[in-house]
Amino acid sequence: MAKKGTLKRISGPVVEVKDLDDAKLYDVVRVGEEGLVGEIIKIVGGTSVVQVYEDTNGLKPGEPVENTGQPLSVELGPGILRNIYDGIQRPLKDIEAKSGYFIRRGINVPPLPRDVKWDFKAKVKPGEHVKMGDVLGEVQETELILHKVLSPYEGKILNVKSGKYTVEQEIGEIEVAGKKKDLYMYQKWFVRTPRPYTEKLAPLIPLVTGQRVVDTFFPISKGGTASIPGPFGSGKTVTQQSLAKYSDTEIVVYIGCGERGNEMTEVLTEFPHLKDDKSGKPLMERTVLIANTSNMPVAAREASIYTGVTLAEYYRDMGYNVALMADSTSRWAEALREIGGRLEEMPGEEGYPAYLARRLAEFYERAGRVRTLGSDERYGSISIIGAVSPPGGDISEPVSQNTLRVTKVFLALDASLAQRRHFPAINWLKSYSLYKDSLDEWLRANVSDEFPGMRDKAMELLQKESELQEIVQLVGPDALPDREQVILLVTKMLREDFLQQNAYSDVDAKASFKKQNLMLKSIMTFHDKAMHAVDIGVQLKRIQGVPVTAAIGRMKEISEAELPKFSELIKEIESDFAQVAKK
Amino acid sequence: MKEYKTINQIAGPLVFVEGVSGVSYGEIVEVILGSGERKKGQVLDVSESIAVVQVFGTTAGISTSHSSVKFLGETMRVGLSTDMLGRVFTGMGEPKDKGPRIVPEKKLDINGLPINPYSRATPADFIQTGVSTIDAMNTLVRGQKLPIFSVSGLPHNQLAAQIARQAKVRGTEEEFAVVFAAVGITHEEASFFMRDFERTGALEKSAIFLNLADDPSVERIITPRIALTVAEYLAFEHDMHVLAIITDMTNYCESLREIAAARQEVPGRRGYPGYMYTDLSTIYERAGRVKGKKGTVTQLSILTMPGDDLTHPIPDLTGYITEGQIVLARDLHRKNIYPPVDVLPSLSRLMSLGIGPDKTREDHKGVSDQMYAAYATGRDLRSLSAVVGEEALTETDRKFLRFADEFENKFVRQGPYEDRSIERTLDLGWELLSLLPEEELKRVKKEHIAKYLHGKKKEEQKPEAKPAKEKK
Repeated sequence: MAKKGTLKRISGPVVEVKDLDDAKLYDVVRVGEEGLVGEIIKIVGGTSVVQVYEDTNGLKPGEPVENTGQPLSVELGPGILRNIYDGIQRPLKDIEAKSGYFIRRGINVPPLPRDVKWDFKAKVKPGEHVKMGDVLGEVQETELILHKVLSPYEGKILNVKSGKYTVEQEIGEIEVAGKKKDLYMYQKWFVRTPRPYTEKLAPLIPLVTGQRVVDTFFPISKGGTASIPGPFGSGKTVTQQSLAKYSDTEIVVYIGCGERGNEMTEVLTEFPHLKDDKSGKPLMERTVLIANTSNMPVAAREASIYTGVTLAEYYRDMGYNVALMADSTSRWAEALREIGGRLEEMPGEEGYPAYLARRLAEFYERAGRVRTLGSDERYGSISIIGAVSPPGGDISEPVSQNTLRVTKVFLALDASLAQRRHFPAINWLKSYSLYKDSLDEWLRANVSDEFPGMRDKAMELLQKESELQEIVQLVGPDALPDREQVILLVTKMLREDFLQQNAYSDVDAKASFKKQNLMLKSIMTFHDKAMHAVDIGVQLKRIQGVPVTAAIGRMKEISEAELPKFSELIKEIESDFAQVAKK
Repeated sequence: MKEYKTINQIAGPLVFVEGVSGVSYGEIVEVILGSGERKKGQVLDVSESIAVVQVFGTTAGISTSHSSVKFLGETMRVGLSTDMLGRVFTGMGEPKDKGPRIVPEKKLDINGLPINPYSRATPADFIQTGVSTIDAMNTLVRGQKLPIFSVSGLPHNQLAAQIARQAKVRGTEEEFAVVFAAVGITHEEASFFMRDFERTGALEKSAIFLNLADDPSVERIITPRIALTVAEYLAFEHDMHVLAIITDMTNYCESLREIAAARQEVPGRRGYPGYMYTDLSTIYERAGRVKGKKGTVTQLSILTMPGDDLTHPIPDLTGYITEGQIVLARDLHRKNIYPPVDVLPSLSRLMSLGIGPDKTREDHKGVSDQMYAAYATGRDLRSLSAVVGEEALTETDRKFLRFADEFENKFVRQGPYEDRSIERTLDLGWELLSLLPEEELKRVKKEHIAKYLHGKKKEEQKPEAKPAKEKK
């Protein structure tokens, strides 16, 4: 290994090193006697500026610094799922075994377990020519996920054998441009470099999240990007967690970036108990968590986002749909700001570095539905859902604004909705989805022909309601004409019986598109019938008093197995109004 | 131990020492003045030849020619012992009462270490504070960090003292301790707490750290960290359930800003340093439960919102780190309601972990949600009725209006020594919900309505007859 450099200056998480041999930007270095992990972020003459991923208290000028010569990378291979990592892919479970319940520094543990033997089933034969990204073999990583070992090279397979291996044992050999190379079940990848794919595809398939307000009104596509900004207490984390739990993806990568320790614990304790819908197996079997809580070193927080998205790309390359939750990107941006400040960079808006917008865009660009590398046709996707925590809930600040520029779905969380316990507290007037139109075709084919129309009609009513509310504020509801009062009646239903969804109820926490369609249809039928009743001169009081409203109020609790009950409900609406009209 | 006489620059709380070697980042130093007086400080930035030292206390009297700096070779640590309970210390951890010096069992770095998220256990035990607005609507659980957001002139200290006095986990008699850190509060406020602790006998089970308003502001950075190190020690090494009370975090943040300004750092929002979120998290995150350990640290910090502004950086960043907040409101205080807890912006994120059939009562969640929704509706209608008059409202609306009034008067309001059990609190909630038409009670389960609302009605025929009459 190259000659060691020496520490020159220490200022918080940023240190200066002189005479570091062959220093390249973004090389990982080991700082001080304890070998703290750091990364070179600036080189000035013979001095390298290093951000250290661990606490720097007690470091002295003069201590040695060693260059590993490699950029920050992650290990990709079986053993990632079910794990919980810190921001630079150190398994927290193994850290606990080494240092107890507090995280001490200078702990060096491999990301993938070295002692586990995986049952590798080869899918290629000696003599076969493989391309980069071709499937060499398969490993049952967890009960739910079949891990595909992908070839990191293009070349001719010399030999490969099924059997039980640890990640460090070679599974075969390959000839790459005349040279022999060993094959392993794992590979390393630099976190700041996106993994390659063949082509990016248009967003035509929705990510079914089971959340009515999202799926119906502000859909996210598979491979899409969404941002959830909101002040504290508006339910960002609960919304993120619901999306993670109920989305129809095979893999979930959950990045707790600079957030609360107890929240990660909640995910950790809850996910193993939550059952996957299709298989009935614990959700944890297809989840990987990255936890860099707010009190953990700030530089590792900056890295956590990249670590997470690289792991997501790896599973995408196997042909899986991945949902990546980043909670919260604001904390990541603050880490950038903090490090920028220590580097004495010229600050941009609100002290954030001038490259904030580019970094955010680069991150969200790693989402997408793609045709992966490899000769077989495989499609995978990464959908990124990023929480944003704007100071004071004011989204005119740089992180929110730059995020809005690159993400296609905006789910605006609203503190006043949260305060009246309207959950998910997504404001339907401020949110938007740019995928809505491109997904309509899928909806017509897979849900119902009339669904997009009903949805637009319902949204129109909700818009109208906000106008009417202003009038009501001035003159009271009784001054409105009957038709408009009916609109208020219907929109109240839409808000309370459709948009509100109880994340803690077993039945209501998740709704299939079928159920969403039927619920919406019930309310819209009510609307049409009520309007008709007004037209034929039925008294408003009688319309407001139809008994079926109570049944609509409880339709959330109809489980997916009892969906035929909805046709009874719709019949009930029709007959109730027929009654009202008779009198 | 090395001593240098090479001070080259003094700026605010910072002292620059030249020609140093072997100094480590974060090391504690002693500055010795010409008069012989000694001040402590800490290394903030060190390069091969210059060390920047932040002095705790004023830098008055330090000179470039007559003062020297001694590097002590260790980072800031505090000596720990269970004997610290029942004692009063300065903000720097020196005994302030007339008791003997503490013989430490061990010494730990005051910055602590982050708890491994994997090793945390989810908080789950309901703490009954005896305050209805907290117990029913914003339940506190063991291991939670729940701050009180107040504004100047409100009785937040009384409320904190009341919680310290009444807080208990029901059905257990486990060891309980209070660690109290006063950060830049006045003598008067400090003596209020001391008197209250003495009178109720809580003092014996408390370790008290006082950094008062006239103490050096730089020490305010140290005081909460010492207190929390003690709290972690008592909880995780001596199996105690510790309630850490820190007041007032606003003073802490002001100190942070002062130091950042002296260091000529690029300021963030409103002049507070950009790393304030990270810095605050190293305080607030020191709460919780750890797998395999009996003890817990529950944090109750108090902060006063400058300008009554919830979006000010101090409450804002705090709210993003803590697991909820209890917000006190001036208008409730004006109506002479104690405790003036405004439940609408208040929140306990861990509430659902601590309530339910085995923990409090089966109807808890429903009652709480229903009261939240109804009170929010009532408050909206209040502003509407101010414009259009009460007559223009529908009958149902008027019931909501009345609910909001009664909620404030009966449910929020309680005496500073009134310790309400959770059952009493929930029953009170049902009593108020009975003011509303039953079809509006969408958040509570039907069977709970039957059990708690109608069950009650049968018992108390007479009081129920009243609201019916008033309808006219």
